[in-house]
Amino acid sequence: MSNLDTLESDILAAIDGTETEAALEDVRVAALGKKGKISEQMKTLGKMTPEERQVMGPALNGLKAKITDAVAARKIVLAEAALEARLASEKVDVTLPLRASPAESGRIHPVSQVIDELTAIFADMGFSIAEGPDIETDELNFTALNFPEGHPAREMHDTFFFNEKEDGERLLLRTHTSPVQIRTMQNQEPPIRVIIPGRTYRCDSDQTHTPMFHQVEGLVIDKESHFGHLKWVLREFCKAFFEVDDIKMRFRPSFFPFTEPSMELDIQCDRSGGEVKIGQGEDWLEILGCGMVHPNVIRNCGLDPDVYQGFAWGMGIDRIAMLKYGMPDLRAFFDADVRWIKHYGFRPLDLPTLFGGLSS
Amino acid sequence: MKFTLSWLKEHLETEASLEEIVERLTMIGLEVEEVTNRADRLKPFKIAKVLEAEQHPNADRLRVLKVDTGEGDPVQIVCGAPNARAGLVGVLGKPGDHIPGLDITLSVGKIRDVESFGMMCSERELELSDEHDGILDLPADAPVGVSYAEWAGLDEPVIEIGLTPNRPDCTGVYGIARDLAAAGLGKLKERSHAQLRGSYPCPTNVTLEFGDTKPMCKAFGLRMVRGIKNGPSPKWLQDRLTAIGLRPINILVDITNYITFDQGRPLHVFDADKVQGNLVVRRGKAGESLDGLNGKSYELDDTICVISDENSVESLGGILGGEPSGCTEETVNVLIESALWDEDDIAATGRKLGVNTDARYRFERGVDPDYMMPGLEYATRMVMDLCGGEPSEAIQAGDIPETSNIIEFPYAEIKRLSGVDVSQAETNVTLKSLGFWISGSGDTVKVAAPSWRPDIEGKADLVEEVIRIIGLDRVSFTPLPRTGTVGQKVLTTGQIRRNRARRALATRGFNEAVTWSFISKDQAEMFGGGGADLALANPISHEMTDMRPSLLPGLLAAAQRNADRGFGDVALFEIGQIFENDTPEGQKMVATGVRRGTAKFQGTGRHWSGASDEVDVFDAKADAEAALAAIGAQVEKLQVYTDAPDTFHPGRSGCLKLGPKNTLAVFGEVHPATLAKLDIEGPLVAFEINLDALPQPKNKGGRSKGALNASHLMPVRRDFAFLVGKDVTAGTLLKAARGAEKNLIADVTLFDIYEGQGVPEDHKSVAIDVLLQPRQKTLTDEEIDVISKKIIANVEKATGGSLRS
Repeated sequence: MSNLDTLESDILAAIDGTETEAALEDVRVAALGKKGKISEQMKTLGKMTPEERQVMGPALNGLKAKITDAVAARKIVLAEAALEARLASEKVDVTLPLRASPAESGRIHPVSQVIDELTAIFADMGFSIAEGPDIETDELNFTALNFPEGHPAREMHDTFFFNEKEDGERLLLRTHTSPVQIRTMQNQEPPIRVIIPGRTYRCDSDQTHTPMFHQVEGLVIDKESHFGHLKWVLREFCKAFFEVDDIKMRFRPSFFPFTEPSMELDIQCDRSGGEVKIGQGEDWLEILGCGMVHPNVIRNCGLDPDVYQGFAWGMGIDRIAMLKYGMPDLRAFFDADVRWIKHYGFRPLDLPTLFGGLSS
Repeated sequence: MKFTLSWLKEHLETEASLEEIVERLTMIGLEVEEVTNRADRLKPFKIAKVLEAEQHPNADRLRVLKVDTGEGDPVQIVCGAPNARAGLVGVLGKPGDHIPGLDITLSVGKIRDVESFGMMCSERELELSDEHDGILDLPADAPVGVSYAEWAGLDEPVIEIGLTPNRPDCTGVYGIARDLAAAGLGKLKERSHAQLRGSYPCPTNVTLEFGDTKPMCKAFGLRMVRGIKNGPSPKWLQDRLTAIGLRPINILVDITNYITFDQGRPLHVFDADKVQGNLVVRRGKAGESLDGLNGKSYELDDTICVISDENSVESLGGILGGEPSGCTEETVNVLIESALWDEDDIAATGRKLGVNTDARYRFERGVDPDYMMPGLEYATRMVMDLCGGEPSEAIQAGDIPETSNIIEFPYAEIKRLSGVDVSQAETNVTLKSLGFWISGSGDTVKVAAPSWRPDIEGKADLVEEVIRIIGLDRVSFTPLPRTGTVGQKVLTTGQIRRNRARRALATRGFNEAVTWSFISKDQAEMFGGGGADLALANPISHEMTDMRPSLLPGLLAAAQRNADRGFGDVALFEIGQIFENDTPEGQKMVATGVRRGTAKFQGTGRHWSGASDEVDVFDAKADAEAALAAIGAQVEKLQVYTDAPDTFHPGRSGCLKLGPKNTLAVFGEVHPATLAKLDIEGPLVAFEINLDALPQPKNKGGRSKGALNASHLMPVRRDFAFLVGKDVTAGTLLKAARGAEKNLIADVTLFDIYEGQGVPEDHKSVAIDVLLQPRQKTLTDEEIDVISKKIIANVEKATGGSLRS
């Protein structure tokens, strides 16, 4: 029996001493394999007396079971150690920075984003988006809009002209989006509710003027819309666009050839810091011109101004973008400086909606 | 239009404060742009008297003054003004005072070793005028120690309004007072200019001679005042003029300027002794010229209306007087002109000659015709009051045009257009206070506008007059009724495509640019444009002369600008209009992008995970396909052609087409010669997408996507490698493979191209992976063999190549 005890302690010590699964297997084979020490002992059972066998049989079987368990336990320990070692060897530096994903690095220009914001707001009020060509006729840019020939108001527009054609016609770059009012009224039966965003051009250049800029125009024509509706539409627009709960507004009488009565709209702002803050403070900021569509304009579009009426307004898209998002210089809008676009631009998946908030 | 508060109160009896007046002006449409008070910045400056003036010991041109400030000991001042002398009374600035005209703050100085405790100021230094020949030289009795601004009458608010072009009546202070009175801010002091009896006939006659051409002068009033004594104007008149930025000249000229701003009535005065014979108002003649009172000379022609005497042209009618017959302090006999000119002719002449005068400003907007002769009376009265003299009878050539335009005005029009209820009584009071005439009773009345309101045309104008005076705040916010139940789709296909292409390109790492619609002629020509119909007649610079035929020049230039700033790896795109011709149909919407340097989809520049290569044609192709997919094109059905425009690299560019004639997109490396001509460094790849070229989506009648037809059978993959000629395109090979058994071949992937050892010269090995998707039953080995043979045969036939063994 003492032999068996020695054998057991030797084998268990060998098992505990193994460092790899392969070594463990060697120990297992040396003990329990066909020619293993325990197996050899088992073979001796047959030559024993029944009495001897009665003692040695269970002892050997017990030893075999004990060793088997010990091997299994050691195997688990070794497997765990091996996994740990592998994991340790597989360690990487997860602080390594990644490349920016393209969807993260691309940007939408503020003018496009603001047009989408305008679309979201006005679509909710039942407006469609109308468009027209940049190259216009004098008729649609001025005459049909009630700018009399030679009127000083024409002078104020600093128009870009094309060369006179053989038939005497001289095309121009539209100085405002208003010719699309005429195109819309001539081609669409009232009721009309459209906004008209687009590029416009004037021969002018400084920090707040560029020879090309963007305007958005609004037009409502039906049989009952009046100045009270215009006030409401513009108030709701200002609140929604500037994302403020309330805003003080001031309508001032003004003059535009294509509206009568004509007004300009000032909104409340605070200029005390470096930036203009909309919807607070004591200062006024002019943001748009508006009015009831002039009877002559309605008539010029083939409608009876005693039956049809409505209102229109117009403002600079770049300008309201600057007011909302704080760009100081209009010229930078058209410079395509990636630093500017990345700073003032918008993420590609930030689609403005009313239900999700225009810009948040 | 500028005026002072006291000038306004000359016409308006009011208790209102400056703030109330300013607020009301703005709210009735006379927007106040600025209120200034020159006294504010001149506060520290006091009147001082020079007691002694001695030669500076170390400088020939300087003097050392002892100046009495009115308090304490005299102070020592070093002064370089030529008129500095003992006894002069002037204006002193002391250490610590800010000199507005120099924008400096004075301190105690040492000039050539002599201390100076301030300075005696010139007009320019105090921003009173441009005068800088010497220091202010006040009358000897000016009170020493008193505030100069206060003494000089400068302590007064000057109000500047931004006048809209429809309000000629408010080019005079009187008209502004009338509007304020109507708005309830005081009482208008009625003007009356009693007709003066002349004691002799006007010795100079005037005739309007336009023959059978269109008359450019409607009427002309003239009168002589003889035996006058001209000279500098009295202080009150000079003060009024200088306060609004006009320079006093002499009494006669100052009177014309004063009445121009007081009544909006421009006048002219001739020195009668310099006028030969009678005056004729006529068209100018080629070859004639005039030396104007502004010191400039003008060449004339028959589009310009002139006043001439027997010898020569004396005045540009309604715009500018002539220097030779101008009034000076020596003038003793004066001819006063008050005339009525054609608005459009005045505007055209002013534009043509580039003359902007206070007279032109008023005449081109339209002055009150009925005030022509009263204005002449007013001027005559002022001349007699200030210069004495004896007036002749007034004469008038031409007729004052009839202005009364009678408008049928239903009171309900106010409610219809403005939404506000205004009673008939309130309407009547408002219109009458503005000078309108109302007749009749009931719901519709007849209204006539006063002669000073040429802008009033019809009912809508009357509505404006009423609501601007009663206040736009009376109009309440009225919700615009909703048109339907929920919002409708409001965007057109074109608008939707632009939005989708924009967002798709931005998700590919592009930054959106907006570049100018006009480019230089050279660039336009290089990109297929530059036609005469698209060239501006008056471009703002030579870089912006022609409407762009492509967005590429602008984007390429933008990429280079970024590179020049140190950001060479940029991806920029723009969605915008290009111009094929000057018709609305010739304006097309395109989406164009450029990638420069290593600005690839995966990222730019060097990185631990692997540096980005330079951009290549396949980056541009991927962008074009992605944008096309975003706008609804079935990209796998497009054909790839290699006939891109010659601004692209001929061997590294292509077109994506729907049939041979419908090009949806072009892509590729930009041609090195194009870059060289534009002075731009590559590598640069680009794509251009014609957003309108894709056919409109068909309305399929329903939004169902149909059932998913996924097979439950395992797909089978088979690889093939072919040896084909070097020029055989992948497209040809893939098409042949795909076409071998359309029902079973679900996909073909090209996974390897190899040239070199083991492949014959001028050949390449192309390896493909074919995915077979059985639908009814699992394929047997024999069936797969049959399909494989078909694929091989198809590819060999199409490419002339062979299976690589």
